[in-house]
Amino acid sequence: MSEPSNAPASHGTLARSRRMMLLDTSMKVLYPSILVLAMYFLLAGHNRPGGGFVGGLVVGGALALRYVSGGAQAVRSTFRLPPHLFLGLGLLMSASTAFVPVVLGGSILEHGDTTFHLPIFDKVKVTSALPFDIGVDLIVIGLILMAFAAFGEDVPDAPGAADDGSDAPSPALKIRSKP
Amino acid sequence: MNALIPLPIIVPLLGASLCVIAARARWIQRIVSLSALTCNMIVAITLFVRVDDRDMVVMQAGGWPVPLGITLAVDRLSAVMLVVSSLMLLAVMVYAIGQKAEESRYAAFNPVYLVLAAGVSASFITGDLFNLFVAFEMMLVASYVLLTLGGRPDQVRAGMSYVVISLIASTFFVTALAVIYAATGTVNMAQLAERMPELPPGVATGFSLLLILVFGIKAGLFPLFFWLPDSYPTASGAITAVFAGLLTKVGVYAIIRTQTLMFPPDARQGTLLLVLAGLTMIVGVLGALAQDDLRRMLSFHIVSHIGYMIFGLALFTLAGVAGAVFYVVHHIIVKTALFLVAGLVERRSGSDRLSRVGGLVRSAPVIAVLFALPALSIAGLPPFSGFVGKFALVSAGIDSQDWLIVGVSLLVSLLTVYVMVRIWSNVFWGEPEDPAIVAWIASEESRVPRLMTASASVVVALSVALMVFAGPLYNYAERTAADLLAPQRYIESVLGSDAP
Repeated sequence: MSEPSNAPASHGTLARSRRMMLLDTSMKVLYPSILVLAMYFLLAGHNRPGGGFVGGLVVGGALALRYVSGGAQAVRSTFRLPPHLFLGLGLLMSASTAFVPVVLGGSILEHGDTTFHLPIFDKVKVTSALPFDIGVDLIVIGLILMAFAAFGEDVPDAPGAADDGSDAPSPALKIRSKP
Repeated sequence: MNALIPLPIIVPLLGASLCVIAARARWIQRIVSLSALTCNMIVAITLFVRVDDRDMVVMQAGGWPVPLGITLAVDRLSAVMLVVSSLMLLAVMVYAIGQKAEESRYAAFNPVYLVLAAGVSASFITGDLFNLFVAFEMMLVASYVLLTLGGRPDQVRAGMSYVVISLIASTFFVTALAVIYAATGTVNMAQLAERMPELPPGVATGFSLLLILVFGIKAGLFPLFFWLPDSYPTASGAITAVFAGLLTKVGVYAIIRTQTLMFPPDARQGTLLLVLAGLTMIVGVLGALAQDDLRRMLSFHIVSHIGYMIFGLALFTLAGVAGAVFYVVHHIIVKTALFLVAGLVERRSGSDRLSRVGGLVRSAPVIAVLFALPALSIAGLPPFSGFVGKFALVSAGIDSQDWLIVGVSLLVSLLTVYVMVRIWSNVFWGEPEDPAIVAWIASEESRVPRLMTASASVVVALSVALMVFAGPLYNYAERTAADLLAPQRYIESVLGSDAP
């Protein structure tokens, strides 16, 4: 979750004065619900709109929101693992899922599915394509994390501008409000 | 046996993922990439032997029948391209490790290089036009990164024009796919081959031209070659070598594949391709003559030799296509060898300006020998493989009585000898006048790492082996050409295999 808005301004986080209370508060609701939506897309993707790629992009949207509210540090602290691990593990997962059927004597990317009944969800269909989708999901998340790490560093402000208590807008808004 | 078909795509991708995970440990990355590329080479050779021995192999991805699934198919042409490309990719990887430049400096090199390898293999294996596009994109995206990895201003500038031209080509490709799908309802190449003759001849001709435009940009055909000599030389030695050896030839492969398989004889663009081939040869070699920079010169020279391959194809005779296939194989190996040696020259003499370096025949006799062998081969002097290739093409041209293109190819061949002589006399004979170059050659730093020399020597040895095995290889090229000109077998293997 987003950091409390009165956190001290450490390296890379936005200074307290530059945070928007409205955004930080709505993050508390928005961030988890977007993640749940992403999870839904990931699981629903086999026969309905969605899938690993879409799920990954939605997680990316949640991360973008975190970036606007808390800066690069907030995105960095979201996951403990370094971004390139997401990318590598996702690719490993997808590529091996594609190849497992060949080892079992089928053809590449072939998959099977099974349907079983759960108390609340009733009929649940699970396909062996799911790990592939999860892999794609991880690749997209890794890529977005890397993009924020590479291009998202906060621009240092002019001396005295950040902590003078004035209501300076966040960098993202600053760019847009230029005449 | 069929299980081997997707391996040349999957193994590099798995390797790339492990390399990304091991981003902080270069030695793990190296072990992974070398073993993935070695595995690729073994698989390619196994497929090659099996396909030549018996019949082509087909796999439908996902087990879906043809129009739904993705066809992966390896026939004689794909098999030989896979073998040659996997050999070059492995040799260049070793060279890149020896070079201690981009590979040692950037964690991204190994994974991206493996993605490039997967893209190259995928373009040879796929039997589906849309997946050819996907394979091209994989290759191109990897090549954008490799080209600009150093981040120098000239690399970024050349990379920009390379990215823009590739994006334009890709846009044309997607558009072509859309209209082809609209007209025929499929993007599977074997099905397209069945449905193309039913289209009005004008429409089929239009598609044929559109695909020549797309692949012509990638292959560096006249008049769409201008990006190539501009962008290739800015990358580091190993990367230029793999681009020069493989990427343009993937475009040539796509032209050969689509023209012979998909289009009925009356929609093939024989005359147009002959004209383009002639112009490509001349413009390329004249461009090479005007350069002062070794790698730029060799890059222009690629363009010229693309002309030879298209010349063979454009005859659409058995001898012509066989000559083209032989020439592609010869050119991949010899051109990679020349670029690897050019990298050695640059390292040894501290510059690749012809006007500045000199006297390497005394200061670096090994490099001189390594350069001389592929240079003689590419110039087409007997008994080297270049001579066999050119002889096959010229005699095919004489059989078809296309005198003009035969004349042009002979003239260009002479000019090629002149280009090679110019490089030789400037780089290897004489004395360097520039005191900075003299000091560099005398210094310890100019020592070429052994691994670089070794891997360049292996590729040069392969190009010499091509001369020894020119006979069997030419017979193989003839069998390939016979397959290509009678695509019925390919179509039946692909479409028949999904029958219940």
